[in-house]
Amino acid sequence: MSEASLNETSDNKKERIVSIISSVIDKVGKNEQVSLSGILTELRDLLIVIEETRRDMGLARPSDITGKHIPGATDELDAIVEATSEATGTIMDCCDVILEKAGAVGGDDGDTISAEVMKIFEACSFQDVTGQRVSKVVKTFHDIEEKIDKLVSVLGVKVSGLPEEEDIRSDDEKLLNGPQLADQAISQDDIDKLMAELDGVAEE
Amino acid sequence: MAVDMNMNVLIVDDYTTMLRIIKNLLKQLGFNNIDEATDGTMALEKVKSKSYGLVISDWNMEPMTGFEFLKKVRTSDQAFKTVPFIMITAESKTENVIAAKQAGVNNYIVKPFNAETLKTKISAVLGEF
Repeated sequence: MSEASLNETSDNKKERIVSIISSVIDKVGKNEQVSLSGILTELRDLLIVIEETRRDMGLARPSDITGKHIPGATDELDAIVEATSEATGTIMDCCDVILEKAGAVGGDDGDTISAEVMKIFEACSFQDVTGQRVSKVVKTFHDIEEKIDKLVSVLGVKVSGLPEEEDIRSDDEKLLNGPQLADQAISQDDIDKLMAELDGVAEE
Repeated sequence: MAVDMNMNVLIVDDYTTMLRIIKNLLKQLGFNNIDEATDGTMALEKVKSKSYGLVISDWNMEPMTGFEFLKKVRTSDQAFKTVPFIMITAESKTENVIAAKQAGVNNYIVKPFNAETLKTKISAVLGEF
């Protein structure tokens, strides 16, 4: 179900719920001769609307959001922090070596080299800020995940047994997945072997 | 046959820092004539207008990806269709390597990489230098 049609359906349902409840309140308020069956009919209508809402929420795949999309996004963010941290570490290791050599150079040149290396160190502080910002985003994702889980639980939304969502991307687009997480990627060695195997196949 | 270090080399990447890194590495390796492009469209224009001895391209770029660029080069009826082509990309799935190979890539380097890997792969394509 598309988001637009889901919103439209949701608006219709809200109107129906309000209409049913207003009708019941109106009848009871006016102290009309209200039959029990009349009230039951209204309440059954209300139940149907609530059931439809639960079903529609299930079709919106809240389990995909909490089980796939949010964990996927947070894994990618964790990988960013890890990669930038590793790179920053390497930069700083190199700076340490340069600083050591700058000491051996000595004089004005040595001082200049040391000062420039210090600027690199300062620039590397981006890693700390980046890591903290990413951590905040990850926490927000976890909060959203929790709230969706609670909502699904409270409404008793049925989330299992739905077919897999169809991947409508073109064949070329399906090959655009960006950097892989470590457990999903193949190594340069594996790539070299694969290239060699494919070369062998081409030659046969 | 010795590698001509004065050959024109085209590097293609939409991330200018990466262009700078690859260019510096190539200079360190001894290549003197290096051109840059930031996507497949620009790269295609360059290979049409100038003769290159090597193309090194990223995959994930817009509007034209490195994969599309590779396919356009290899399916061309012009002289550049046989230019040695190395893909340097973060796309590290098996299907990517297979697709690139089938499209005619000569070698494939996964990011992040180092100077030694770059030299090894260029040597594998062009010969020792």
